[in-house]
This record gives sequence, structure tokens and C-alpha cells, in this order.
Amino acid sequence: MTEMTRQTGTYEVKRGLAEMLKGGVIMDVVNAEQAKIAEDAGATAVMALERVPADIRVDGGIARMSDPEMIEGIQAAVTIPVMAKARIGHFVEAQILQALDVDYIDESEVLSPADESHHIDKFAFTTPFVCGATNLGEALRRISEGACMIRSKGEAGTGDVVQAVRHLRSILGDVRRITQADGPELFEWAKHLQAPLPLVQEIAETGELPVPLFCAGGLATPADAALAMQLGAQSVFVGSGIFKSEDPAPRARAIVEATTNFNDPAILVNVSRGLGAPMTGIGMDELNVHYEDRGW
Amino acid sequence: MAGDGPTLTNLVGVLALQGAFGLHVDALDALGVESKLIRVESDLAGVDRLIIPGGESTTMSMMLDRNDLREPLAARIGDGLPVFGTCAGMILLAVDVSDGRADQVGFSAVDIGVRRNGYGRQNQSFTTELPVPVLDAAIPAVFIRAPRVERVGDGVDVLAKLDGDPVLCRSGSVLVSSFHPELSQDRRLHRYFCDLN
Repeated sequence: MTEMTRQTGTYEVKRGLAEMLKGGVIMDVVNAEQAKIAEDAGATAVMALERVPADIRVDGGIARMSDPEMIEGIQAAVTIPVMAKARIGHFVEAQILQALDVDYIDESEVLSPADESHHIDKFAFTTPFVCGATNLGEALRRISEGACMIRSKGEAGTGDVVQAVRHLRSILGDVRRITQADGPELFEWAKHLQAPLPLVQEIAETGELPVPLFCAGGLATPADAALAMQLGAQSVFVGSGIFKSEDPAPRARAIVEATTNFNDPAILVNVSRGLGAPMTGIGMDELNVHYEDRGW
Repeated sequence: MAGDGPTLTNLVGVLALQGAFGLHVDALDALGVESKLIRVESDLAGVDRLIIPGGESTTMSMMLDRNDLREPLAARIGDGLPVFGTCAGMILLAVDVSDGRADQVGFSAVDIGVRRNGYGRQNQSFTTELPVPVLDAAIPAVFIRAPRVERVGDGVDVLAKLDGDPVLCRSGSVLVSSFHPELSQDRRLHRYFCDLN
């Protein structure tokens, strides 16, 4: 009997995993113990990184890809997908993460950028990529470079949801406006967004971003997760919001339940009750470094 | 061939605790079959078929308990509600699961043994053309960190194999696939399920 042809790294396969992660919570973890807590709470995936964004802010300095040993420890500890971050434009970090067999690579503004004008050519990889975006133009530029999932950036490590809301509203508001545009207006939209015309035309036809849209950056409570979902995000990333809170395990679990039941206020009451203190957070006007400005 | 006669289905419930439930709804829409998202017990009213989508089986298993859905769903499946489980859905319907979490409990509705992520991690995820004799056709099949069927019990029909591994099985009114028909535009397997007696 002849073996049937199998193709790895196809668009269907890369995007497919993003589809499987919808309606769930991807949690930032810095060690195997936190990864177990995340999996026990019902996370659909974990994001392995050296320090959560709140600590990167406090410590300052250059933030880089995590030590492979730490990533391997997390891969051994859980059965759910493991993602990891590479610096913007640092394709060698991405090559290392691919060789480590991580399930998704996040080319992330939370780490210090390695290239001031070029992002990674994500088509060159078998491992799929997620990238951040503050607006639709940025999202479409990342998709044109091969990203198969977009996350609205928000402002990581702050516990302040306001930027996540701004970015989601900007991306989805423009998607809605494009569906009302006629042919000549689509040319203008492509120019205005600095994005490829075929992607703009695809949005006009489907009424959706060409890849799944998740929300990240500043979510700290079950209500924040439900807000992102009601605004139109298809999943949420929660970073510092869990492991910088007073009692991470019940909060992680509550955020998972709020993400599934985002439209049911009666359930949101139950899951929001008695969770202890959320992360203290930093207001947007107190910030020295705005990660959202990283990415071109 | 399935699809020629009138459908037996009135309303398909699609379990929407987590995962690719939206794509199953799209597939059913394309077939003109009505569907409804299932998150809590009251959503089950009027549903005469059920799809358990792909996603993370560990997350779905926990949410079945937290949303008090496990017992009502087990009762309906026990009463013969036709069910289609894709990928994570196959894991939740299988009798034996290896490489799962110790506390992961499914519906034991089809007598197969599966290994979670049995084809490897995401870099080993793949697409292929899969011949399916009951459809009299080959369909595009997308395998994402897919479960591998390692044991098939009596009374389970293997409807498709990939290089010797069963990847599509049926036991009475329970249909399970290791792959994701909802990730392609080919609707013939959804049609087959909606016509299943």
C-alpha cells in the first residue's frame, strides 16, 4: 500500500491551531509550576517567557527569548500547546523556537525589538506565528508576512484594560467600515492602512479579519476577559493578570469560565466572587515605556 | 450516497465550551441545517443531534463540569442522541484515553482507545487527501495535534484509515474523526452525519 502524502506547515494547519484555541485563555507562565497551575485552571495553551511583562517593566533592561531549558521544562510539564516569544525581527530566536518544537511563536513587542524596520518572514517557518497589532493596518501587514493569528496588543504588564479595548475597537471598527466601502474606496482603504489590497478586498467580502483575532495586554479580571469577548475577540491572552494577583489559581479558573460564558452575566457574577486582590496595575498615564509603539 | 434524500435533522447542537465550534456552525449553515450553540443544560432543548468540536479536550472536560453539562449530555448520548466528535470531540467520546490528564473523564460512547497528540506537536500537524469509502470520495483532512486511534473494539466500524491507523470510526449513532472536516470547505462528512440513522 502506498503512503498517502502528508503536508506539514500548510496555511490550513497553521491557522487550524488558532481555530482550535478559540473561546479559551492562553496564559503567560515563567516555569513548569505555573504551567501546571494554568493547565489545571483550564488554559487552552501556555506562553512560556522569562519574566511576565509586569516584571519586565520593573526590572528594565533587554528582554529576550527564554532559555530553551525553561521552555523544555514547561513542555514536559503540560499536555496543552506551548507557545514562546521571539523578539520582533529576531528570526534566529524564531529558528531556535521552531527547533524546540514549540506549538506557536509570538513575535512580540513585550520583548525588546531586534530590528527597527523588519519583521520576521513568517512564511519561512513550519511553526505558526502570532503577532500583535494596534490597528487594522498593522494586523494586515503582519498577516501579509505570514502571521496566522493576530492579537490586539493592549499594553502588557499594566493590568489596565483601556488599551486592549482601544485596539480591539480600532481593528474591528475598521473591519465593519470596510464592509460598507465600494470598489474605489477599497483602494483608498489599502493606501490609508498601508496594507495589501487583496487582504482589504477579502475583508470587504467576508466581513472578518482573514485570521483569528485574539485579545491581549492588560486583562486582569473575569469581567475584562468577558469584555474583550463581547467586543469581538475570539480568545484572550492573560499575562501578568494571573500570576501577579494575590491568588493565581482561582483567578485563572474564573477567567477561563468567564471566557466561555462571556455573554451570561449570572455566571459572571458567580465566577467574579471572592477572588482576592487583582494585580495592582499601572495606569496608562504612569507609564514610561509603551510596548504598543513597538512594531512597524 | 448520503445527501440525496431529505435530511433527518431538525436542529444540531454544537458544544460551544471552547474550540472551533463556529466553523461547524458555518458547515451546517452551508448545508441548510439549523444549529444552536450549547453552553448550559437549557440550551439542549429541541436538539436532535450534537457535534463536539475540536479544541483542547482538557479545557472542554473541565468546562463540562463547571457548567453542569456533563450529566445531562451523558444522559442524552446514552439515550441514542447522534453525536459527531472531531479531534478533541473524539477524545471526549472515546472509552480509553492515553497521555491525557488523570482527571480527564469523557463520555465513553465509542469503544476505541486514543492517544492524545499521538501524531506529535504542531510542527507535525498535516493535511492530506483521505479516501472515505462511505462517501465514495476522497476528502481533504486536516490533522492538528491529532489523537491517534490505538485500539478499536467490537461493534466499531472503521470508516477511513490513514496508513493503517483508523481516523474515522462509527459505533451506532456515534461518529468520531481524528481530523477536522470543519477546517475544509468540503461538507460531505457533515452531510453524512446529518443523515445518520
